[in-house]
Amino acid sequence: MTAISAEFSGEALSWDMHDDILEVRLHREPCNEIGTAALDELDRLAKLLHDTTARACILYSDRERGFCAGADLKELYDGLVERAESSRTRKALRKIAGPELGDRAARRVGAPIVRRQVRQFIDRIHHVFTRIDTAPIPVIGMVHGVVFGGGFELMLLCDIVVAEQSTRFAFPELRLGLVPGFGGLPRLSRDVGNAVIRDLLLTGRTLGAKRAYDVGLVSQVVPRGKGLKIARKVAAQTAKFDPHVVAMAKPFAKPVPRAQLEREKDLFCRMVTDPVVLKALERFVNSDDARPYLP
Amino acid sequence: MSDPILDRLLQLASKRFGVDVSALNPDDDIFDALSIDSLQALELVTDLEGAFGVEVPDYELQDARTFTDIADVVRDRV
Repeated sequence: MTAISAEFSGEALSWDMHDDILEVRLHREPCNEIGTAALDELDRLAKLLHDTTARACILYSDRERGFCAGADLKELYDGLVERAESSRTRKALRKIAGPELGDRAARRVGAPIVRRQVRQFIDRIHHVFTRIDTAPIPVIGMVHGVVFGGGFELMLLCDIVVAEQSTRFAFPELRLGLVPGFGGLPRLSRDVGNAVIRDLLLTGRTLGAKRAYDVGLVSQVVPRGKGLKIARKVAAQTAKFDPHVVAMAKPFAKPVPRAQLEREKDLFCRMVTDPVVLKALERFVNSDDARPYLP
Repeated sequence: MSDPILDRLLQLASKRFGVDVSALNPDDDIFDALSIDSLQALELVTDLEGAFGVEVPDYELQDARTFTDIADVVRDRV
C-alpha cells in the first residue's frame, strides 16, 4: 500500500503540514462545488486522516465567495441526463414507440437503474464523509461566505468550527425537490435542536454566523479575514493533548448517527428519480437569473 | 424627508460593493445598480443584520428588487 503524502496539490483541494497541523485548502472555482473530482480528493484526504502524524487538521477555503456552495449540480444534472440518454432500454423503447412515447416509457422503466447508480454514488460520498467524520485527530473547520447544501454537510464533519462574520448557512435542497443527501440532517441533529433544522429545511432560508453561534452550530464568530489565524490557534490548542486520548474521546463526544444516515440515503435515492428533480436541476443549471441561490 | 433605514442601506451597499453612494437611487434594481448576483446579495443581508441588530430571513427579500423594497423589509423588524 502506498502511503499518502502529507503534501498534496489537487484540482479541488490541496494540503500541507505546518508543524504538526495538517492544513487542507479548498480551491475549486467558483465556490468549491463537490463533484467527482472533489470526491476523489476528499477520499484521499479521508485515508490520510486515519494514517497521519498530524495532531490536528484545519479545513478551509481560499475562494472569495465562501467555504463551499454544495454539490456540483451541473455534474449531477448532466449525470442524470446522460444515464437516461445512454440507457439501452431507452434506445430500444425509442425504436419501438418513437422518441416521445419511448422516452416516457423509458423514464418509468429506467428509474430503478438510475436510482441504483445514484445509490452507488451516494454510498461512496457517505463512506468518505463518515471516514472524515471519524478521523482520530481534531478537525477544525474555518468557514466564511457561502456554506450551502453539500458544503454545509462537509462543515458538519468538523469537530470545532470557526466562522467569519460573513458566513451564511443553508440547506436549499427542497427547492430542487430533494432532501440533503450527504448526511446533513442526521449530523446537524447532533449539534442543534430540531426546530432550527425544520426552519432551515422547510424554508430554505440562510442563517448568519451570529445566529449560528447562538444556536450552537459554531464555536466562534470572528471578523472577516481573521478566521484562519484563529483556527490555527484552536488547532494548536487541540494538538497539545495526547493523541491516543483524543482518539478515544472523540467518538464518544461525536457519535456517528448511522441509522439516520441510512434512512437519509434511502429517502434521497427514492426522491432523486422524480421528474420534478430533473426539471428543477435543469432550471438551476440553465438559469441566468441573478438570484438562483435565494430561497 | 430622509429615511434613516434607506440611507443606511445605501451606505452599506456603497461600501460593500464599491459603488459611489450618489450613484445609487432608492428605486434602482439592486442587482443591476450594484452588478451583483444572489450570493453577493447575501453579503448585503449580513451587513444589514449587523447594522440593524435584526435577523432578516432572506426569503422575505425574494420579491424585493429595489433599495426601497429592502428597506421596507428591514423596517418590519426594527
